[in-house]
Amino acid sequence: MSKAVLKADHLGITFGGLKAVTDFNAEIGEHELVGLIGPNGAGKTTIFNLLTGVYQPTEGSVYLDGKSMAGKKPHQMVKAGIARTFQNIRLFKDMTVIENVKVAFNQHMKYSVFGGMLRLPSFWKEEDGIDGKARELLRVFNMEDLAQNTAKNLPYGQQRKLEIARALATGAKVLLLDEPAAGMNPTETMELMNAIATIRERFGISIILIEHDMSLVMKICERIIVIDYGQIIATGTPAEVANNPKVIGAYLGE
Amino acid sequence: MNVFMTQTLNGLGLGSIYALIALGYSMVYGIVKLINFAHGDIIMVGGYVVLLMMVTMGLPLWMAVIGSVLFCALAGVLIERIAYRRLLNHGAPRISLLITAIGVSIFLQNLFQLIFGSDAKSVPQMFAFPPIAIGSLQIASSTIINIVVSVLMMIGLHLLVNKSRMGKAMRATSEDAGAAMLMGINTNHTVAFTFAVGSALAAVGAVLYCNTYPQLKPVMGNLLGLKAFVAAVLGGIGSIPGAMLGGYILGVAESWTKSYISSNLTDAVVFGILIVVLLLKPTGLLGKNVKEKV
Repeated sequence: MSKAVLKADHLGITFGGLKAVTDFNAEIGEHELVGLIGPNGAGKTTIFNLLTGVYQPTEGSVYLDGKSMAGKKPHQMVKAGIARTFQNIRLFKDMTVIENVKVAFNQHMKYSVFGGMLRLPSFWKEEDGIDGKARELLRVFNMEDLAQNTAKNLPYGQQRKLEIARALATGAKVLLLDEPAAGMNPTETMELMNAIATIRERFGISIILIEHDMSLVMKICERIIVIDYGQIIATGTPAEVANNPKVIGAYLGE
Repeated sequence: MNVFMTQTLNGLGLGSIYALIALGYSMVYGIVKLINFAHGDIIMVGGYVVLLMMVTMGLPLWMAVIGSVLFCALAGVLIERIAYRRLLNHGAPRISLLITAIGVSIFLQNLFQLIFGSDAKSVPQMFAFPPIAIGSLQIASSTIINIVVSVLMMIGLHLLVNKSRMGKAMRATSEDAGAAMLMGINTNHTVAFTFAVGSALAAVGAVLYCNTYPQLKPVMGNLLGLKAFVAAVLGGIGSIPGAMLGGYILGVAESWTKSYISSNLTDAVVFGILIVVLLLKPTGLLGKNVKEKV
């Protein structure tokens, strides 16, 4: 495995007396695609919330490129290079498709509020750049024609893809996808798999994927981490994990 | 006919002030779902700052106006930082925020009574030029100034919200603060900025108000703020065009009531309109029909 981009070191969080996640150790390499699976309520989304700064861990810490992310707020985590999508779609529904992408490019923009209001040259220069970049990103997802549509009017599968595009627009090094195929039909899932493969190629990023669609996970992930009751119970290649008795036990409720 | 036109224009002039103040209520509500009852008192603060800079310090008018706008923007940011932020970031129930807002309002009123006394202060003449005559119609200078300034402010606000980076961040935060944060938006800064803009608009409203009715009292924010709040609700709270529309409707209704019915009934008519609109269209005239997920 190449150098670790993202590292979780003895990560844990306690809510009241409940240990939601304990001793979560993981290293995600550059350009790696890792699946995070486990039964309902195992703590997968909690781990995402820890990795994105939504929750502050009560034990351990997260490292990005070797730097500790302790105490960082979500928007600082994004700036550092960790972006995510949501289990239930959380687009800015009343904005257009392209505005959704541009808002994520926001943090890279330099022009001031007054520049924006007065239409100074610096504004146009950056705004043109952002507009071009946003369109390019939409083109990767075959969504360029939909740019001016309001986000809430898109079909479900397109909304999912737009969420990924928006997360990529933050300039992330690590992308966390929370059940991207949830509620998709088989055709849409196929399209999504292709899209994930493409962005990984094009943007050279690492991806962590939470997914219940096992065929998708088994097909595209290089490595899988299985958790149950907030702890890692297995990790390895898809084939190794599929044959692990602990994993089978967790899923079938031994 | 002439009386009607004059009264309508006067109403639009007054409505411009309501509209500017209503924008502050609406923007803050849109972004953090807080009815900022201290907003009315920002108008009072703005008025006193103008008075202080013009009369006591003897500065020219334009400096006093800019000073007042900056001071109010700062006051808005400080109020958000000190009184509301902790509550907002820790998911306090809305009722706690509302009570805090009322507390801030009482605090400001008493602070200014302590500093300036509770009696009314008169404000010297600010902007004035002779009334403009169109045919036999006379339009007062303050009416023209109010309408022109408010329209310019609204165009500026429209550009700010729809075209600028901060505006996009504001809209994103108001739609889903959690998702906005996870897209790299510093929501705390965005909320503070919204308070600053809203308070700055209130300061502009204060200057126009003092120019139209040259008198200041520490409790003047009560009724003025309440009416602007009614304007915001009338137009659909959270909606920027709604706040403007609500402000104008209210101003014109007041003016008509004064000339055709009785000046004693203006407040009754204003609040009566609110009741009727809310009965017929609970989300306000331009409000979106928001279904909250349960």
